[in-house]
Amino acid sequence: MTLIITAAAAVVATVVWFVLLPNNKFRIGVLALIYWAASLMWCVDGFANLFAGEPFIELHDSAVMSDDALLGGIVVLIGLIVWVVYLIVRGLRHTSPKTP
Amino acid sequence: MACFLVSGAEGVAVTAVRSAVKKHEIEEGVVDEHGKQITDPAEDGFCWTRKLSWLMNMLWGGALLLLIEHIWHGEVVPWFPFLTAMSTPSEIPAMLFEMATVGVAMAVLVTAVWGCVTLVADFAVKHSKRRVGIEEA
Repeated sequence: MTLIITAAAAVVATVVWFVLLPNNKFRIGVLALIYWAASLMWCVDGFANLFAGEPFIELHDSAVMSDDALLGGIVVLIGLIVWVVYLIVRGLRHTSPKTP
Repeated sequence: MACFLVSGAEGVAVTAVRSAVKKHEIEEGVVDEHGKQITDPAEDGFCWTRKLSWLMNMLWGGALLLLIEHIWHGEVVPWFPFLTAMSTPSEIPAMLFEMATVGVAMAVLVTAVWGCVTLVADFAVKHSKRRVGIEEA
């Protein structure tokens, strides 16, 4: 579920980035890259589970599913926080006066 | 266990390489001091400073989100030795094996996807220039 939620967030971020493409002020592409990278990494984790004889994504145990879904929500939220911090730091660096 | 460390280590290496590339491209007049491309991407493609920034964002961002997952599952703790597998000597070989297999596969896949993205982005930006040129003509 964590993979599904993060991949969904990556798709949404990519669509928003593409729609707003001429305007790159908010660097939504960075957010999309973060989510895509995490999704790719969890895909590898899923294939490792398959090789170990476990399911790619746990869809039968509702307790595990809800735990993973909550983790997915937290991961998406932390991705957003990282992106906001990136924007703030970038804004500060670009507006700071040059040192002689 | 600690698979995200491989991507994190690659992130450190890519950050160092990007810093060196940025200095070189500033000297060549390709980017300004903020790393913004001065030359026309439609002519020369995207600069390497920008391309390496994409890989840097992917590796750091992905490793960070996986770190959160490992904290959630109790595999990373905020006290020494930080990785719970390190506290049990019998788990250390399994952790190293996971890093060498899953961790390396994650880093390779992210890098491979980034490579494809850079090729598509360069093609798209040059192609868009050509189309604009045709329309203007």
